[in-house]
Amino acid sequence: MAGVMFKTRLTAILLLFLALGLGYFVYYSETASTGYFNLPFKLGLDLSGGSHLVYEADTTAIATGEVDEAMSSLREVIERRINVFGVSEPLIQAEQAGFGASASHRLIVELPGVTNLNEALNLIAETPNLEFKTLAPGATGEVLTDFVDTGLTGRYLERASVQFTQTNLGPSISLNFNPEGSRLFAELTESNIGQPVAIFLDGILLSAPIVQEKIGNGQAEITGQFSVEEAKTLVRNLNLGALPVPIHLISSQTIGATLGADALAKGVYAGLLGLAVVASLMILWYRLPGLVAVVSLGVYIILMLALFKLIPVTLTAAGIAGFILSIGIAIDANVLIFERLREELREGKSLYEATIDGFARAWLSIRDSNLSSLISAIILFWFGTSMIKGFALTMALGIVISMFTAITVTRTFLLAIGVKHKTKLTSFLFSSGFYKLKAKI
Amino acid sequence: MFVIKYRKIFYLISGLAVAASLGSILYFGLNIGIDFTGGTLVEVSYPATRPDLEAVRQAANQINLGSVTVQPTGEDGYILRLKTVSESEKDSLIKAVTLSADNVPAEERTNSIGPALGSELAQRGLMAIGLVALLIILYIAFVFRHVSRPVSSWKYGLIAIVALLHDIIIPTGVFAYLGAVRGAEVDALFLTALLTILGLSVNDTIVVFDRIRENLQNKVASHFDDVVGISLKQTFTRSINTSLVLILILLSLYFFGGTTTRDFALVLVIGMFVGTYSSIFLASPLLVTWQKWSEKRSTK
Repeated sequence: MAGVMFKTRLTAILLLFLALGLGYFVYYSETASTGYFNLPFKLGLDLSGGSHLVYEADTTAIATGEVDEAMSSLREVIERRINVFGVSEPLIQAEQAGFGASASHRLIVELPGVTNLNEALNLIAETPNLEFKTLAPGATGEVLTDFVDTGLTGRYLERASVQFTQTNLGPSISLNFNPEGSRLFAELTESNIGQPVAIFLDGILLSAPIVQEKIGNGQAEITGQFSVEEAKTLVRNLNLGALPVPIHLISSQTIGATLGADALAKGVYAGLLGLAVVASLMILWYRLPGLVAVVSLGVYIILMLALFKLIPVTLTAAGIAGFILSIGIAIDANVLIFERLREELREGKSLYEATIDGFARAWLSIRDSNLSSLISAIILFWFGTSMIKGFALTMALGIVISMFTAITVTRTFLLAIGVKHKTKLTSFLFSSGFYKLKAKI
Repeated sequence: MFVIKYRKIFYLISGLAVAASLGSILYFGLNIGIDFTGGTLVEVSYPATRPDLEAVRQAANQINLGSVTVQPTGEDGYILRLKTVSESEKDSLIKAVTLSADNVPAEERTNSIGPALGSELAQRGLMAIGLVALLIILYIAFVFRHVSRPVSSWKYGLIAIVALLHDIIIPTGVFAYLGAVRGAEVDALFLTALLTILGLSVNDTIVVFDRIRENLQNKVASHFDDVVGISLKQTFTRSINTSLVLILILLSLYFFGGTTTRDFALVLVIGMFVGTYSSIFLASPLLVTWQKWSEKRSTK
């Protein structure tokens, strides 16, 4: 018996040190500016400020088997464009809603810190549409409809650059096609010697030079009335690549940094206040076990915060609400245990036995009831938009971790106290109800 | 146990509350937010004293962007709601509500959702509620599968669902009223709160049912209503303490938390309150009523 007690107490002390160490990690990783331990909490856009955009991709023109590939290349193109914009840590992800033929494909773009959307929206969705056209048989080229598509477009470009020729005052744009584009361009020039090849940008005719000879090296030049600025923008956009799939914006959310910071500060304050009220209530009502519950709750909070950093979980206002709610759920497991403990004590068992039996009995209730909350959380995660997913994730995590801390931490600490002899003091410490107010029920 | 003895009174209280809530939903209607209908929401705040509500409303409705509703928020801001508009149209709206050059409003947040996305979210939300209810019946029927006498296990599940309906109708009714009084909106967070209530309130109900199961196995009493009464008595303190803790925490979130989660916390507070009520005063007594009713029918 004494050996068992020693072991339990050793475990309890070890647990306490482990929790303190983890707590230090949570604190240190927030303040460390560099290195391996620089792991600050990841804040969602609603707390840090920024924009959240959802684009719907029109995949109707793409064969079902190739949609995933098209979406991932879309993601890459958009990522390149956003990098030009200079946003730190943008998040771009493809998402599928629904299944099978009716599935819609979406691209989610998160731009931290960006609240003026006009420029960003233009950069993301605007594609220079470069086309090479030839004269229709018998047409004169006087109207635009005289030109027909050749299949050679900006997507076969490898690189575009601005050229300054000495004979010409304005800049020109030199194009390098990729191998596929070079082949198409060679065929096009070969079959149109003496004829014009028209170059269209966004449906506007730029120039229509007459082909002198077959061009096999995959190089072309556009001369036109560009200003230097126009030429540079065009070249940049051509180099960023055309969108493989047409997209349109279906949802946008912008949150200013001050509103986000305010929501964060208030959420943390509400959480701390709620925690203080609950902790004092637990100690006043359950006395010594109540104190154990508060310690256990402390371990729970440290574990959760560490997991938020390590997984990492992006914290949103709803996520913080979920975490605050999970504190209540964590307390519930303790309440269940203490009520059982009290019943076992009333049957005349020793504290040690009562603790062991109380836990065994309470565990079934804790497990069964928490699983039902977990079902809700999982469904929420599936249903949710990113904001709700944050709530569901913190709640689900909270349910699992609180079950763990209740059966390990609370149990170990209660056993470690290990009062053997009943005295006036111990029966006071282990009964419940407010002082001098006996629990009637 | 007084709960079992006077169960009809408690049924009546529940019945009246549900009826009043349904009445409120029918009378006021639900104020469905842009999360589900699609639309644009812009929150602006004025550096100096905000201009008069009526002036802002007029200015916002004079530019051709359809009808714009204006609602005060916080100390110095307004929330503007309208159909889904583009970024440049939104900028023109903000320009329109800039009533004086030395009090230019700052755009605090904007949320724009296409109509198709909204209705998809609404559908998914309703599906989620249905799915949770279904999974909970199945789960309870499974957990209590060894308990078939005197009440079979699927009845525990069905009664838990009756309690759940009670628990989500009442907060929805209160919300319909709040929607009419101060423009509270049914949005994605509201639906999240309802789904959370589903989880937490059935959690409460299961703890009581769990005790009934244990007491049935231990044969603590010969009559079913006594078994339920004893089980209720044993779990009473726990139910009250747990929901008290949860409600206190949620009240702290309601009073001191951010504005975005305020209504969310309120729905949860109401849900927790009626959820605790229903697991003590509705679900368990209903088990007794059902058992007595089928007993009567079989002896006839």
